[in-house]
Amino acid sequence: MAAIHVKSNARHGLRLHPLSVRIMHWINAGAMIIMIMSGWKIYNDDVIFSWLRFPDAITLGTWAQHGLQWHFFGMWIIVLNGLSYLCYGLISGRFRSRLLPLSLRELIATIRDALTFRLSHDDLTHYNAVQKLLYIGIMLVGILVVLSGLSIWKPVQFSELAWLFYDFQTARLVHFLCMAAIVLFLIVHVCLALVVPQSLLAMVTGGPIIKDSEARLAQRPSAADAN
Amino acid sequence: MSIRAPSPSIFRPSSGIPQTSLQEHEPLVRDINRRNLLRGTVSLGALSFLTGCDVKDSSAVRSMLLAVSAWNDRVQEFIFRPGHLAPTFSESQVVKPPRFNAYYPIEDVRPVDAATWRLALAGRIADKRPWRADEFNALPQQELIIRHICVEGWDYIGQWSGVNFRTFLERIGADLTAKYVAFKCADDYTESLDMATALHPQTILATKYARESITDPFGFPLRLRTATKLGFKNPKWVTAIEVTNTFPSTYWSERGFNWFSGI
Repeated sequence: MAAIHVKSNARHGLRLHPLSVRIMHWINAGAMIIMIMSGWKIYNDDVIFSWLRFPDAITLGTWAQHGLQWHFFGMWIIVLNGLSYLCYGLISGRFRSRLLPLSLRELIATIRDALTFRLSHDDLTHYNAVQKLLYIGIMLVGILVVLSGLSIWKPVQFSELAWLFYDFQTARLVHFLCMAAIVLFLIVHVCLALVVPQSLLAMVTGGPIIKDSEARLAQRPSAADAN
Repeated sequence: MSIRAPSPSIFRPSSGIPQTSLQEHEPLVRDINRRNLLRGTVSLGALSFLTGCDVKDSSAVRSMLLAVSAWNDRVQEFIFRPGHLAPTFSESQVVKPPRFNAYYPIEDVRPVDAATWRLALAGRIADKRPWRADEFNALPQQELIIRHICVEGWDYIGQWSGVNFRTFLERIGADLTAKYVAFKCADDYTESLDMATALHPQTILATKYARESITDPFGFPLRLRTATKLGFKNPKWVTAIEVTNTFPSTYWSERGFNWFSGI
């Protein structure tokens, strides 16, 4: 078993996006679409902003109860998958090696490069400061959308958590604003993936083999030992 | 506790429910939800990219969603904290009059005549004598200033008083180990609660709102008010209560809303 494992590792190397990350990414993408579209259905039953109603064509479910059924189905996938992803990222060292360090100086430099069209996309394995900030930010929004959602779902059973969101309607507003942030992220994320198609491809095939031995050590200590 | 032989339920047709077709298809009925849950889950990946397609309305998907909703009932029962009290509020925050909720508009409310109204009791209850409206005033009164949360998303703070439901159930000799308490209403609405919710300290049979008799649209002469359920789980104009171990389906659960709907 071990021999086969090492051999296979030597041939393919460690990819930018390991298979587990790719699986979790696409499960999240599908579940997120379910949560957003069914959430719009639920929102329409009692709108927060009188000027905003989501057209039925882009909501999920025939009536409100179907939107609720989808939402409380999708929540299991998004939470279980999200927890696996966070655990994986923290334990494997992926978050530390990809998203840190993040400096203000680098951030300003990246924005300046982007505005003057000098931003380089040659190296997919290195995230620029804006990417780092967005990925960290969207993970925090992801945590917040789940916590505010739990406060709306169980304001009495989880009253200690709900208390953090002040009251029921403010928890609802936070949940809505998190959705808005996720939709904005999604638009930017998809547009950039289309502008740099090899980044989209990498999330399917795994992308280039990473050279960084430190990341490799952090991600697959057993494989590194075997080598 | 002595429980008399259960009388025929007022919630079931007097002729009884024909069981033959259910018995004939019993293996199929037992198998169908589990199979559809698996199939539905497996096809999720494909499904999420096909939401424009009518596959989302297929019966396999629908029964998968209902199976998940039934699973969510069990999860909510598990996380329910019997002694945990819902937040309460001050009298200055009370909204008057309360906000109306029903499956029809407020204009269609048919007032109940308190003089002829009776509360019928059925099922696993020792003393099934019907109750008159004025008898509820003789029992100890409890007041709740709690948040009403509608499944649609709106909420308001209301001030309800009446008889603690556990006290009432004990008074009539109900079997508190039974699974469900079912309600029938003057407007043909049906609702049911799990026993843990029925026995929660903030579940009452309300007769007053903001210290005055409840008005017609809000359930006169008697309604249920519990702090741990969504608004629609609080039946108004209650005319019958049954304590039972047989799952009593309800107006909204038959229409796809989650049965437990705890908050």
